[in-house]
Amino acid sequence: MTETYKIDRALDSFNYQQVQSEILEILEKGSDVIIDMTTCNYVSSTGLRVLLYSKKVAAAKGLKICLTGISDEVKDIMNVTGFINFFDYA
Amino acid sequence: MLRVDLFPTHEYKGLKLRAGRPYPFGAMVVGNMVNFSVYSRYATDCTLVLFHNREEKPFVEIPFFKEFRLGNVFSMIIFDLDYENIEYGFRMDGPFNPKEGHRFDRSKILLDPYAKLIVGRDVWGEQPNWDSLYQYRARVVLDDFDWEDDLPLETPVNDLIVYEMHVRNFTCGAASGVRHQGTFAGIIEKIPYLKELGVNCVELMPIHEFDEFENNRISPIDGRQLYNLWGYSNVGFFAPKAAYAASGRYAMQVDELKNMVKHLHRNGIEIILDVVFNHTAEGNEQGPYISYRGIDNKTYYMLTPDGHYYNFSGCGNTMNCNNPNVRDMIVESLRYWVTNYHIDGFRFDLAAILGRDQNGNPMSNPPLLESLAHDPILGKTKLIAEAWDAGGLYQVGSFPSWGRWAEWNGKFRDSMRRFLKSDEQVLAEVKERIIGSPDLYASQGRGIKASVNFITAHDGFTMMDLVSYNDKHNEANGENNRDGENHNNSWNCGYEGESDNPDIICLRHKQVKNAITMLMVSQGIPMILSGDEMGNSQQGNNNAYCQDNEIAWLDWNNLKKNADIFRYFKKIIKFRHMHKVLRYEDHLSHQDYLGYGYPDFSWHGEKAWHPECEHNNLTLAFMLNGQYASTDGQPDDFIYAAMNMHWEMHGFELPQLPQGKAWYVFANTDMEMPNDIYEPGEEPIVDNQNEVLVGPRSIIILVGKNV
Repeated sequence: MTETYKIDRALDSFNYQQVQSEILEILEKGSDVIIDMTTCNYVSSTGLRVLLYSKKVAAAKGLKICLTGISDEVKDIMNVTGFINFFDYA
Repeated sequence: MLRVDLFPTHEYKGLKLRAGRPYPFGAMVVGNMVNFSVYSRYATDCTLVLFHNREEKPFVEIPFFKEFRLGNVFSMIIFDLDYENIEYGFRMDGPFNPKEGHRFDRSKILLDPYAKLIVGRDVWGEQPNWDSLYQYRARVVLDDFDWEDDLPLETPVNDLIVYEMHVRNFTCGAASGVRHQGTFAGIIEKIPYLKELGVNCVELMPIHEFDEFENNRISPIDGRQLYNLWGYSNVGFFAPKAAYAASGRYAMQVDELKNMVKHLHRNGIEIILDVVFNHTAEGNEQGPYISYRGIDNKTYYMLTPDGHYYNFSGCGNTMNCNNPNVRDMIVESLRYWVTNYHIDGFRFDLAAILGRDQNGNPMSNPPLLESLAHDPILGKTKLIAEAWDAGGLYQVGSFPSWGRWAEWNGKFRDSMRRFLKSDEQVLAEVKERIIGSPDLYASQGRGIKASVNFITAHDGFTMMDLVSYNDKHNEANGENNRDGENHNNSWNCGYEGESDNPDIICLRHKQVKNAITMLMVSQGIPMILSGDEMGNSQQGNNNAYCQDNEIAWLDWNNLKKNADIFRYFKKIIKFRHMHKVLRYEDHLSHQDYLGYGYPDFSWHGEKAWHPECEHNNLTLAFMLNGQYASTDGQPDDFIYAAMNMHWEMHGFELPQLPQGKAWYVFANTDMEMPNDIYEPGEEPIVDNQNEVLVGPRSIIILVGKNV
């Protein structure tokens, strides 16, 4: 089972708690998650940690998280900070 | 089990608070709380000032209540703070009495001396708001980087080949070919190049937060903007330079730098940081309030009896390094960089200052240096001193070491430069340098590993300029050519500056190869200045501290233009890695103490076993016996070097090798590419096994191995 979770506009300190709990809820149901970032144009330091934390929770449950629709700018930030290597991409 | 002390006890303008933890100093996130703690011996009161990110006006100023102070520490916990979206500073109350050393000023908003993330100079050269009351702004950082299995590499110090690099100079050049020029990310892009070159340690010129606009001005010569490019002027001791990160505009420099360290480590490359604890960016009495001056001037600075700043750094002020609390801050800073950034070592700028007492007098057993030598977390961290200061204290060979400290060996630079330009009267010194400077380091039992050898460093000429200029040409710095070293021991090979004369170009290339050969076959830790491997020039500028332009930036086109130099560097670096006999840790005995038939090291001359020792001689030869340098029971080869810095050719009789071995030629700087140097392990045999002819100003390296 795979569920898609969409992040709009940004993932930062304003919405990270909500995003985190909603992704964890999906994982609790035993579902893999595709995180759709097509309309997300900014991910803050905290936001990157939400993604990585979710990935680690998923891995501990034997589930998968992959990212899709990442903008070039977000990809660049993930690249220079090293977060890019932790994820699979759809 | 839930803790009972995690509830607020106070409320102030809607924020929930309680007394904080005094230690550690700085700001730290714990669950839904942020703990703020600041030390000041002489402050009477303190206020925490909070801003939303990049806003000019604070949204709240919270006094540290009486019950939030323990001893001389103010600490406070704030609950449910959106820590990613706040910047914080302090206001300090206390006496303003400069004669007594106090300069408290409540109108100033001050940076936390322990700030882990500093914003305000986020994109290099982007003009800040000069009217802002708070220029360098602390943010709270979450130290949770995923290092996976990374740790400091702990490469044996004698196996290092150090590459001194400036983050911007390395990749800002138009031909660097990297996407993220002048940044930590740009260095990652160049890792394949560093591996091709063969270095296994990069020493980064200062990467602590500094202000590139400090003392910025326009060059009267060429009209260009001059910056504080080198960064020897700290704003903070715990935070990386934001503008060195491609992600600095998003305040992600902490992650970017850690990612760089992780990538370098994966490729077997250590990272040494050049750290500047001798002074700060606050300058003298006329300088700005950034942090320390307003937090606790008398603690942080060395002051004259009438309250003025001592200036042993040459930069206006001197950190009070042997005040116990400043000492603690320095130790904490270094531990932080090792623990949180996995840094492998430190080079201490003007380290002699770290051994001065609070009145500026040199101490015999400076407590700070002793603490660092014995610190448990720094236990395997490389500690390298620039063993002098601007106050005239010169401690090369005598820096207090406790067997832990190495030194930048400035005497190696001076002796080898003089030999390179055929100065007489220098041979005896050169011999000491080649064998790891026992005259400096044997008496305390510090060994060869105490000597960081270099011929060029950021201070002074590049290697190509060393052989292209007799005099410095620093006019573009706007100081009437008064700045920079005057005694360069350089020789221009017959013409001052760039030349199109093929004979001069050929001689300069040979001299560069001679210099790197001297460095690579000498005992000690070799350090190369970034760019020397491609013949980088600074147009004769020997103090390019302010030249954020093509004067200081590496011109990567030189890789093609000086292909023979790059090729030579790669092969001689590989040669050093392959031959343990070049990398002793302790000094040599010059005796055959294991009965191999040859001493571990022997001097020779134009006649084998008969070294020249007249002061005006310009030739020398030596042989290393590989039997004394086995790896897993496998002895190394013999290595023989003949150096002729005379302007005429000399013949050198070769020492006889044991039965079954013969001499093979690895390098001959008198030859042109490709016969100047061979692939290590694939050296051709020497035709005449009894004698080699060494050309004018040339070096020959032979390998003695099984036929």
